[in-house]
Amino acid sequence: MIGIVGYGSYLPRYRIKVEDIAHQWGRDSETIKRGLLLKEKTVPGLDEDTITISVEAAKNALKRAGIDPGEIGALYIGSESHPYAVKPSGTVVAEALGVVPNVHIADYEFACKAGTEAMFVAYGLVKADLVKYAMGVGADTSQGAPGDALEFSASAGGSAFIFGKEDVVADVLDTFSYTTDTPDFWRREGAFYPLHGGRFTGIPAYFKHVLGAGKAILERSGYKPSDFAYAIFHMPNGKFPLTAGKKLGFTKEQMEPGWIVPLMGNTYSGSSPTGFSATLDIAKPKDLILLVSFGSGAGSDAFIFKMTDRINEVRDKAEKLKSMLENNRIYLDYGQYAKYRGKIIMNE
Amino acid sequence: MPSPGYRREMPQRYRLEAAKCKKCGKVSFPPRLVCSGCGSREFDKTKLSDNGKIVTYTTIRVAPAQFTTQVPYSIAIVEVDNGVRITTQVVDCKPEDLEIGKKVKLVFRKLYSEGHTGIICYGYKAILI
Amino acid sequence: MREVAVIGCGMTKFGELWKKSLRDIFVEAALKAIDDAGVDHIESMYVGSMTPGLFVGQEHIGALMADYLGVAPIPAVRVESACCSGGMALRLGFFEIASGYSDLVLVGGVEKMTDGADVTYALASAADQDYEVYHGITFPGLYAMIAKAHMHHYGTTRKQLAAVSVKNHYNGSFNPNAQFPKEVTIDQVINATLVADPLTVLDSSPVSDGAACAILVSMDLAKKLNKPVIKILGSGAATDALALHTREDITTLKAVKDSAESAYKMAGIKPSDVSFAEVHDCFSIAEICIIEELGFVKKGQGGPFTEKGNTSLEGKIPVNPSGGLKSKGHPVGATGIAQVVEVVEQLKGNAGKRQVKNAKIGLAQNMGGSGASSVTHIFQI
Repeated sequence: MIGIVGYGSYLPRYRIKVEDIAHQWGRDSETIKRGLLLKEKTVPGLDEDTITISVEAAKNALKRAGIDPGEIGALYIGSESHPYAVKPSGTVVAEALGVVPNVHIADYEFACKAGTEAMFVAYGLVKADLVKYAMGVGADTSQGAPGDALEFSASAGGSAFIFGKEDVVADVLDTFSYTTDTPDFWRREGAFYPLHGGRFTGIPAYFKHVLGAGKAILERSGYKPSDFAYAIFHMPNGKFPLTAGKKLGFTKEQMEPGWIVPLMGNTYSGSSPTGFSATLDIAKPKDLILLVSFGSGAGSDAFIFKMTDRINEVRDKAEKLKSMLENNRIYLDYGQYAKYRGKIIMNE
Repeated sequence: MPSPGYRREMPQRYRLEAAKCKKCGKVSFPPRLVCSGCGSREFDKTKLSDNGKIVTYTTIRVAPAQFTTQVPYSIAIVEVDNGVRITTQVVDCKPEDLEIGKKVKLVFRKLYSEGHTGIICYGYKAILI
Repeated sequence: MREVAVIGCGMTKFGELWKKSLRDIFVEAALKAIDDAGVDHIESMYVGSMTPGLFVGQEHIGALMADYLGVAPIPAVRVESACCSGGMALRLGFFEIASGYSDLVLVGGVEKMTDGADVTYALASAADQDYEVYHGITFPGLYAMIAKAHMHHYGTTRKQLAAVSVKNHYNGSFNPNAQFPKEVTIDQVINATLVADPLTVLDSSPVSDGAACAILVSMDLAKKLNKPVIKILGSGAATDALALHTREDITTLKAVKDSAESAYKMAGIKPSDVSFAEVHDCFSIAEICIIEELGFVKKGQGGPFTEKGNTSLEGKIPVNPSGGLKSKGHPVGATGIAQVVEVVEQLKGNAGKRQVKNAKIGLAQNMGGSGASSVTHIFQI
């Protein structure tokens, strides 16, 4: 079978609490915490960006895969915060990993689903026998305008997945993508912060696509929600994924391990892939896992994975997501956060 | 000032590639053309370990222009497990967390940006473990 | 080799010389030296300067200074070895005369640092750009790491470091050319603003403008000129790994030790024969390491040795009677020659309130970067 041979994640150590952001803008933190089900979010260090996060996540994936990086024939980074508007993130990542020069590289952008997009293409290339191994990364240092609702969730982190045919940890049983032109959230060329359509991001955007892809892949594969051990849905906030999962027939218990948003925030392209990574950390052989991403604009990629026995051998070869999420946290106040995120106007 | 490409993209900066003398076994980082141990000119490729310990350290409070937004930042001479010493920033910690002998791990980070529009320079830094 | 003597010296006041250009400063010092020597021409010129290109955008200063001093077409060249550019200029002039090629050479040093450039960046270019500076290191940072290691290995204390600055500021308070001719206390040094832990701004030499020049002649010519003759007994220079982390021992300034040993050997003297020394105290810790390398005190004991007053004007071996780089100022390229100016004043007995008693043999030690190059000269009256 074709599937994931190695996976890994990376989260920065810095955090800001919902209370501190709410206080800055005169908002009631209890209402926000209740409404969005968020407590805190990750913040990239001054020296971290999509490239450095991708490198660290990929290093963890390589540790678990135990393969020679030189055998990776394709490397794709999905993000909506590539450090350069023109110049790939992937080339730096490939150099740092030692994947160059015989490799195909591309940066993807599709709002929050660029990560699963990178995974989808990586999987497709292995399946087409074009490359031995391919890596897909979803990573972001997400932007949210100061004072905007997104500022409570936009966070940093990422996950990397290496696809191959041998020593697979999680077989890909099926994939399905569901896409329409729906402008619910966007950022124009040159604009610093994204804009969004408020409540329009809900039913016509997130739910339509997540449920569309979810229902279709279940129908096509013939699996019922109860066949799955776990399910992960893109996490723009705490509430949406739980609502979507429930509508599809999943229980809170199935979603719980991948529902990392209350402590991590929404890492955009890294969101559902990192929830998936957290789930792989605890999944058992033969478990079925459903992963559904969502990217504004809008579309969803759905995957069904089946765990193999090998997961028990590789799991402990790199740091687990729960440990990254809960250990070594360094809290910033809003002023420090504004500096770290480049929200202060400076002289060149 | 723009940094030359050789300085940004050298494999040793991204991947800690080093050279091991075929004659005396001394590891050079960065790789050298002449071994500083025995004068030999023949080397094998090798890689520095990601793990090491602090030999000495300081915290920079007055920085050159491209680092001013980072102050105070800590810098250490780190001896990695194969005996090679490098100068590197130690990040994600407070200045008072550093001590001679403390263990560190090398990670991939942004070193600085050449202004808002220039090249972004990446390389190794250390974090306490 | 022929014997070489210093017969004239001159320097500008060190400090923030807002109204004076790089060339003005150099020519002022050169004219003072020429007048002091009482000579009517020079045969060639070596100008020590670390990085006039980064500080004021001017390279090619050998020719510039010869032109503005009115001595063109004589050969003139800039000499660079970071902060010991001046000392290295002296060494080249010394050999030109010792070899018999010339009889009368001007050696000088100049730097204009205070107005315009990113000084921290410019100075850092003397460290390993690819493997130190790229990671954000600064010169105070490099010496701070030496200090941390020295404190860790030898028990050197924060107070002992401060004692160097206190002593040098006291000496400098009697030096009319000093940039900061005022006393400081131990508490002031320790509680001053941190630059790179544990070093404060009062452990650090200042940023300065200034120039210094000396006239070197063959001994035969010196005798004919009927002037007090200061003989150069020995000259030694050495290098070490540029990057601090590459050196075997962080607390050892091996180039200083090697340059001193060569100079002692040429001079045929021992460290205990030296009456006083001008050394490169760019930071307080540097003076502690240097007095160890020069053989004035056992390795690791520089701190207590200083604290007990052994290096003060009345001590066993007075160090930096001029006030050193700390109080006098440190226009980097000029420093090595300014040390010669002080050594000559002391040996002639002209140093006034900072005069060292029975000054017969003086030593000047000048180093570059974090100690990757060092030059030591020994003088006798």
